[in-house]
Amino acid sequence: MARAATNRQKLVVTLIAWTVGIVIFFPILWTVLTSFKTEAEAVATPPTFLAFHWTLENYSEVQQRSDYFLHFWNSVVISVGSTLLGLLVAVPAAWSMAFVPGKRTRDVLMWMLSTKMLPPVGVLIPIYLLFRDFGLLDSRIGLVIVLTLINLPIIVWMLFTYFREIPGEILEASRMDGAGLRDEILFVLLPMAVPGIASTLLLNIILAWNEAFWTLNLSASQSAPLTAFIASYSSPEGLFYAKLSAASTMAVAPILVLGWFSQKQLVRGLTFGAVK
Amino acid sequence: MATAHSRAAARLTMSPAVILLLGWMLIPLVMTLYFSFLRYNLLMPGTEEFIGTLNYQYFLTDPAFFSALFNTLALVGGVLVLTIAGGIGLALLLDQPFWGRGIVRLLVIAPFFVMPTVSALVWKNMLMNPVNGLFAAIAKGLGLQPFDFLAEAPLSSIIMIVTWQWLPFATLILLTALQSLDRERLEAAEMDGAGAVDRFIHIILPHLARAMTVVTLIQTIFLLSVFAEILVTTNGGPGTATTNITYLVYAQSLLQFDVGGGSAGGIVAVVLANIVAVFLMRMIGRNLDI
Repeated sequence: MARAATNRQKLVVTLIAWTVGIVIFFPILWTVLTSFKTEAEAVATPPTFLAFHWTLENYSEVQQRSDYFLHFWNSVVISVGSTLLGLLVAVPAAWSMAFVPGKRTRDVLMWMLSTKMLPPVGVLIPIYLLFRDFGLLDSRIGLVIVLTLINLPIIVWMLFTYFREIPGEILEASRMDGAGLRDEILFVLLPMAVPGIASTLLLNIILAWNEAFWTLNLSASQSAPLTAFIASYSSPEGLFYAKLSAASTMAVAPILVLGWFSQKQLVRGLTFGAVK
Repeated sequence: MATAHSRAAARLTMSPAVILLLGWMLIPLVMTLYFSFLRYNLLMPGTEEFIGTLNYQYFLTDPAFFSALFNTLALVGGVLVLTIAGGIGLALLLDQPFWGRGIVRLLVIAPFFVMPTVSALVWKNMLMNPVNGLFAAIAKGLGLQPFDFLAEAPLSSIIMIVTWQWLPFATLILLTALQSLDRERLEAAEMDGAGAVDRFIHIILPHLARAMTVVTLIQTIFLLSVFAEILVTTNGGPGTATTNITYLVYAQSLLQFDVGGGSAGGIVAVVLANIVAVFLMRMIGRNLDI
């Protein structure tokens, strides 16, 4: 009797939860479906849900018309490049904060965090002018630099919270055995910290992929990553819903999958360890 | 335990990150501060001169500033209220046992990974468009007049889009906090005859208070700088109906080329963000046990 009641309750919760989940997910689902429609069907009244003529032509047209893969590649280079560069700088810094903390470690950590709170418009003009003078406007290297600096505090913080869980005695033992600093970090710390570094990497690729202030303001046709490429659909000509959907699906799909894999680390990374 | 040797190594390994961030923060900020006291327009090179606080006077007395300040507060406040209320509801729901919990969780967090330009354009065109959008089709199906969201309620529409993007974040954090709640306390309260509402108000809400504060502060930092969503949907319009401070500074400096005025606006934005940041830093600092 009690079991039947719990099962009925569970069924009701299941129905509500699935309905809510599908409603929240619906804009994404609708975009994916529309990407397989013809332009005429994409704006048909009443809208067709599944019973339409499925086609892949939008995908090839997006590529032909605007060289989608160039922008996709830009996104890959900028997000992966800035994350790797950030890790290179952040691993040594996080090592010292976690294993050789001094009086000022805490202040340095908090100060790094505070740079993240600087609103981008506060430095937009100087960065724009410096980029113009150094020929970095609309260049991938310029965007890599900016995104590295933007995400550096998050990378240091995430690595710091992961490194802290590694017992320092192991590192000390290697130091006693005469391992130099470089060997200690490369061959003792890194192998133990692989899971933490992997989640840091993943989360930062996601953040850099979706960054849409600096990429919109500092890139034009050549270095535009997908965020800026998609923005060019805001002033389109003619029917474009199916093509917009195809471009959007391709821009979102890879990062959505990565995001689903890293959902557990997301909370920790984005709250700087304040919520675990 | 730290020897003089390892302390020297610590300084050495920390310095690249510190120097880079220091350069990134100080150099441009000092430049912005300097520009904000100049008459400096990119269209009139060579006419730069020191004009004191005139840029600030213009910026702070411009009616566009007040509407931008209001829009910024409405956007931040509206999204915060909606995401926290919705996030608590969703966290309570996802905390229940039901079939397919893992999949529903994935569906709910998905919008967070959609880049801002995509979500804004999808909502603008495919959902909210008064002629071809899905909402219009539904309205017509129900025999109602389609509503032109971005023309008639532009700020609310943007709040809706941004809420959709941030709801997963609030949900995830509140759900994580909820799962650390001691179940026995809830059961004990239930035995003592506390109803569901009582348990929610007296046990669950206080337990979530910290997570709610974290969500509020972190989202505020990001919401103060909402930009792409406005750029691709309304361009700050109609008029200045959806111009927030970030967009106003962008428009003044990169569309009107008024570097001096834009810089003054940028400094104002930094001051506003700092007020929020102080609270967030205290919160995280208290939690950090070194």
